[in-house]
Amino acid sequence: MSAEPARITEGESYIGRSVIRPQTARLLAGRGVFTDDVTLPRMTHVAFARSPHAHARIGAIDAAAARALPGVIAVVTGEELARVCDGWVGTLAHFQGMKSATQRALAIGKASWQGEPVVAVVAESRAIAEDGVARVAVEWEPLPAVTDPETALDPATPLIHPELGDNLVFSLELKAGDVEEAFREADCVYADTFRMGRHTAVTLEPRTILADFDPTEQQLTVYHSFQAPHMMQDILARHLRLPEHHVRVICRDVGGSFGLKVHIYPDEVAACALAVLLGRPVKFTADRVESFVSDIHARDHRVRAEIAVKRDGTILGMRVDDLTGIGPYSVYPRTSAVEGNQTVRLTPSLYRFRHYAARLSVVLQNKTPMCQYRAVGHPVAFAIMEGMVDRVARELSLDPVEVRRRNLVTQDMYPHTTQTGYFFERLSLEECLDKLLELADYRRLCAERDLLRARGIYRGLGLCGFVELTTPGPAFYGVGGARISSQDGCTIRLEPSGTVTCMTGVTEQGQGTDTMIAQVVATAVGVPMEHVRVLTGDTMVTPYGGGTWASRGAGIGGEAALQSGKALKENILKVAAAILGGEPMDLDVRRGAVVDADTGEVRLPLAELGRIAYFRPDTLPKDFQSELTVTRHYVPRHQGFAFTNGIQLSHVEVDVETGFVRLLKHWVVEDCGRIINPRLVDEQLRGAIVQGIGAALWEHCVYDDQGQLLTGTLMDYLVPMAPEIPDIVVGHVETPTAYAEGGFKGAGEAGTAGAPGAVLNAVNDALAPFGARLTAQPITPGDVLRALGKL
Amino acid sequence: MDFSVEIALTVNGLPVRRRVEPRQSLADFLRYELELTGSHLGCEHGACGACTVRVDGTPVRGCLMLAVQADGSRVDTIEGIAASGELGDLQRAFAEENALQCGFCTPGMLLTAQEILRRNPRADDVEIREGLSGNYCRCTGYHAIVQAVLRAGGDRGKGQP
Repeated sequence: MSAEPARITEGESYIGRSVIRPQTARLLAGRGVFTDDVTLPRMTHVAFARSPHAHARIGAIDAAAARALPGVIAVVTGEELARVCDGWVGTLAHFQGMKSATQRALAIGKASWQGEPVVAVVAESRAIAEDGVARVAVEWEPLPAVTDPETALDPATPLIHPELGDNLVFSLELKAGDVEEAFREADCVYADTFRMGRHTAVTLEPRTILADFDPTEQQLTVYHSFQAPHMMQDILARHLRLPEHHVRVICRDVGGSFGLKVHIYPDEVAACALAVLLGRPVKFTADRVESFVSDIHARDHRVRAEIAVKRDGTILGMRVDDLTGIGPYSVYPRTSAVEGNQTVRLTPSLYRFRHYAARLSVVLQNKTPMCQYRAVGHPVAFAIMEGMVDRVARELSLDPVEVRRRNLVTQDMYPHTTQTGYFFERLSLEECLDKLLELADYRRLCAERDLLRARGIYRGLGLCGFVELTTPGPAFYGVGGARISSQDGCTIRLEPSGTVTCMTGVTEQGQGTDTMIAQVVATAVGVPMEHVRVLTGDTMVTPYGGGTWASRGAGIGGEAALQSGKALKENILKVAAAILGGEPMDLDVRRGAVVDADTGEVRLPLAELGRIAYFRPDTLPKDFQSELTVTRHYVPRHQGFAFTNGIQLSHVEVDVETGFVRLLKHWVVEDCGRIINPRLVDEQLRGAIVQGIGAALWEHCVYDDQGQLLTGTLMDYLVPMAPEIPDIVVGHVETPTAYAEGGFKGAGEAGTAGAPGAVLNAVNDALAPFGARLTAQPITPGDVLRALGKL
Repeated sequence: MDFSVEIALTVNGLPVRRRVEPRQSLADFLRYELELTGSHLGCEHGACGACTVRVDGTPVRGCLMLAVQADGSRVDTIEGIAASGELGDLQRAFAEENALQCGFCTPGMLLTAQEILRRNPRADDVEIREGLSGNYCRCTGYHAIVQAVLRAGGDRGKGQP
């Protein structure tokens, strides 16, 4: 489709149009304002002495040499910082039995992972702060590191936090139907163990925070590269013991987030606490090397799966046992149990079979903390489910497409509740599958694959269906006691000139939130899009809201914008009727003017209405008060999540001599409900798919058995680059939700949900002639050669 | 001990004279001494390309060059190059293809794309992807960036025999 400029000449709606993001102009001119670009008077810089050990007691700290360095302003230890900053525990009440230890901004007594911040050095420049860190001497007493989740619960394994009694954070058993009976009735049972490696988000802009404290007003102002400013406001207020309304969090341009910038990091809280302690601005910008040991990591699952099927490929039941290692702390406040919980709950959800049993064990390790990253749990769940489906097809010599068709939740089953209790209002699983096969010309590719095999060229095709959990209501975090808003607001003000200023609680990190909100508001109010200005990411200005995560921007922020826009239009029409006489219902707002609803004849430009309402209200009836600023809120009330769905296809070629996997092409058909901006949705899908591909083939946080990260630079940790990434073809199905007027659902994570499974299945398809099969990610050339028996 | 060195260079067409520490990178010098914050620091070890600037007409990684090495050079950053209008068609193509999301990699991406097209306005998909291989983008998956460079190159190629 071709892009359109923001100006609209025909039709009244911007919904469904690929308008260009107005905000890109300044980013393309180098005029973005990222947090590290902000400087304040008397600003200082902090760097951290981090633990070089995965697990060690902290002995004496000698900071004299650091303090003596010219330009060093303060050297602060954990005990000293604790005087102004309370620790935290990352648990949620609705995860029964969940436990974690108290985490602090700077470690006290013991460090629990390589990279944990221990001592803060504040200086006039970042370089001097780092010089200071090099002069801090800590007496370390190394302790045995717990690195392998498989043995984390063994009695012989040391306890990371003795006060917890064991290394278990959370466990869960799910049972649906009679899984034992299903396995007894099965013609065939297949079992596999999947290993989904640890990786991390690598936002190109590292985590950055700039905190400024004015002791005279007890006012903390924080510039933060972050997704959820109101959540940060709440947490800083509580843990730094400040009144909530004296904490302001401002998120300017955010250089990528992907779920990484929605968690509480000790070094960021430390920077804020140091600002309070020193009464002047403190900036912390992570460098890439410390990002690798301090940003959250993700995945790290070992999943045993068993599937019970009939000879025709009908799935009767499934058992899943997921073991995941999360580092030494469950991350605050969302916890590190959500990923595993979603993995075991999502795994069977595409299919009709009712007998399912799952076990989840979330255990501690002395590695960097693990928490939610784009598509939380989904890529693991669907790589396993779709991997098992392809295993069934291979073992029984069935067509992988037909095995899926035989088992999918069908169009006549909605509304549908899954084995694990998820509610699907309406999905389009079969329609997406059909559309994908057509879009990719799947049968031709299969025929080509078979022909090429005869010539010694090994290509493979891998399907991976998925659902995506979007637009979460309060059941996600609120009920567990986390002060994370599931509702969002949108305030819209008609300016005297007839233009519109809009403030929203959802936030922008490059997705195009601003543009999407502007499209909805322009449509709802009836003004040209270039007359709408959207402001996000300032807790003192925007309505209270959750921010952007869990693919909630369109579903929640979009609906709030729609309702707010409609309310403003209603108020505009009341003012117009007061000026013009007659009834509001006979008027409408179109293209920035009040018009006759029937004929479309312009009666009053909004600029004239604004002039009268703001500057000459004396000319209006005495009993009339205009209200040209409105706020509306929205929270999903009728379902826990608005599920979306789709399916991906990966086409690869495997060099069986070198083990290298070449990506030839990738397709996705996805259904995120009513689409506001097709191009933005396409680009969300493509970007997310490439993150999933990275996890499937390259990205890996590799540790040695001492808990030392071996892939700590961008030379060792492989991020997808342009040459190895194939073209990605995107198709859409639109099934709007009926629970919200706009019909919008989320689209931010669907690509990552299905890509790893699609790539894994494609590689295995290519290796099928050799009887070889892989069940671990990332897939390295060495893994391929080992599977082929060549290594 | 003060090891600082005086350097004189031309930045975005204007003469600049400063004392700098020998250890300061060109990227840090531009960002923190001259407040030219359009060049970004994504890795500071030469992998990501977000700090790309031009020194005497050649794209370099600002994080791998010291400010003192730029003494006597002509340095151009995204701020100056964008203001000159040189990137107009590329910027338009990037906006139209949505070839940027967060925008953090974008200044480096634009300068690299300009270099690819300077060498060959008719660069094809493979050549563009190879040319962009030193610039990481974590948001787009590269597809839209390649499309944008192809589009701008196609338009430039039209004017040539």
